[in-house]
Amino acid sequence: MSATASIFRKEFKSYFSSPSGFVFLTAFLVLSAWLFFRVFFLIGQASLRPFFSIMPWLYLFFVPAAAMRMWAEERKLGTDEMLLTLPVREAEAVAGKFLAALSFLALAIALTLPLPIAVSALGDPDPGPIVGGYVGLLLMGAAYLAIALFASSLTENQIVAFIVGITISFALFIIGEDIVLIAAPKWAAPVLRYLGLGQHFASIARGVIDSRDIVYYFSVIGFFLYLNVRVIESRKWR
Amino acid sequence: MESRQATPVIDIRGVTKRFGETVAVDDVSFQVHRGEVLGFLGPNAAGKTTTMRILTCYLAPDEGTAAVAGFDIFENPVEVRRRIGYLPESAPLYLDMGVLDHLRFVAEVRGISQNDIESRVDDMIDVCGLQAVLSKDVGELSKGFRQRVGLAITMIHDPDILILDEPTTGLDPSQIIEIRELIRTIGSEKTVILSTHILPEVEATSTRVLIINEGRLVASGTPGELASMAMGDDRVVVTLRGPAADLEAALLALPHATGVEVTGAEPDGFVRFGLLSDDATGLADAVFDLARDRGLRLRELRRETASLEDIFLKLTRMDDSDEVTE
Repeated sequence: MSATASIFRKEFKSYFSSPSGFVFLTAFLVLSAWLFFRVFFLIGQASLRPFFSIMPWLYLFFVPAAAMRMWAEERKLGTDEMLLTLPVREAEAVAGKFLAALSFLALAIALTLPLPIAVSALGDPDPGPIVGGYVGLLLMGAAYLAIALFASSLTENQIVAFIVGITISFALFIIGEDIVLIAAPKWAAPVLRYLGLGQHFASIARGVIDSRDIVYYFSVIGFFLYLNVRVIESRKWR
Repeated sequence: MESRQATPVIDIRGVTKRFGETVAVDDVSFQVHRGEVLGFLGPNAAGKTTTMRILTCYLAPDEGTAAVAGFDIFENPVEVRRRIGYLPESAPLYLDMGVLDHLRFVAEVRGISQNDIESRVDDMIDVCGLQAVLSKDVGELSKGFRQRVGLAITMIHDPDILILDEPTTGLDPSQIIEIRELIRTIGSEKTVILSTHILPEVEATSTRVLIINEGRLVASGTPGELASMAMGDDRVVVTLRGPAADLEAALLALPHATGVEVTGAEPDGFVRFGLLSDDATGLADAVFDLARDRGLRLRELRRETASLEDIFLKLTRMDDSDEVTE
């Protein structure tokens, strides 16, 4: 357990040991705020819906960027040979890295809190969807992250990790969206809708926190973290 | 040859590892006992690193298994790693971490208690001479200092077993001497395996030598035992003045001489001979007597005992001569 905690601290700190962490946070905030306000003043409603509806798209690029370094760089620099010959279980290393990236993402999300505050000052929004939306952001972000971290474990090239991360998350996101559901056969539509990364977020962001949605996100997180552990373990057998 | 009967600290049994078509390690078995410094010698790509990676559970062997301090590498990899300090080749480190942070990080992951971390870190700073670079990031350090940080990390939990892959690469000569000194000191109470392709390093540090080539163990023994394997190959080099043919015959007739060849001539009439011998010392004495009795001028007379280097070259060239590199 202490190994997970040390790896967590080390990985979290390393976001800020170079400008990359700050660049990430700045870009994320500027882009999310700009995309939100662009729509917000047009529709003139005191609601964060426009903000939440663009987030699955923003995540598509930002989350793989936040996680692409994690395993790819270890492998490139050969530091995985040092890390994985310490008395650390592969699962502990994966957990430490995942929690560090999740905390970083949580920080990025927390920094958008001035948006709901501003909206509350301008009007009288319903607090339910806002609280739900933020819970959903964290859950959906964790699922994207598990995918991106898995992608990072597949390669020693960060760019490849980034693109593979985007590809997997996009595939899992788009199958649940209307554009695909319209074209899908009748029997498959509900299944695809259930599997879509964004659908559960949409339902949580309506202010209804349903256990099915939470189970879904935890399943996605668990599945990809498990694959990640297996990939790291399998390197022994290469 | 082992007088100790205790269970070996490291016990490798029939380990084979393939990468695709290449057999990196081929049915290797050996034991290492407490207090031994085992020098692992071989040309590049001979299988030294792969063997070490198997011992540290970074790679799994395709066949065979190994036990470290009684723990099997398949069943108890974490326990195995707990007991080993492993320095991978060229000391991979997190370049964006501060030196002090890096030492503390490894100490934490190693599960050293918070109370002891600072004193262990201080010890390692002393032992590895890191005072001057404490405030720097690892990425700013020279190769030599990175190697020292790597060593500090490797020893921070005071392990019973040290596995060092080419520990002195990138160090300057005085640092190399320091590190060898350190390895000898540690080796007296712990178990050390170090790999190298530098022969004097093995002679300077090891109590036992394993020579590996193309994945196979080709020789094992103390540096002295290995040297005696090449007995009969001792040479005496002598430079005398006189007609080459006469001298050659006279030299070959001496006791202990098994072969003579002319290896060079000097402009003023001196000829250099290389003599093969089964007893270089006896032959050297006989050469001196010959020169004195015949009143020959003697410019050079020396023995060349087979060094570890000769044995190494002989053994690793047996199958394939063009793969041997320095």
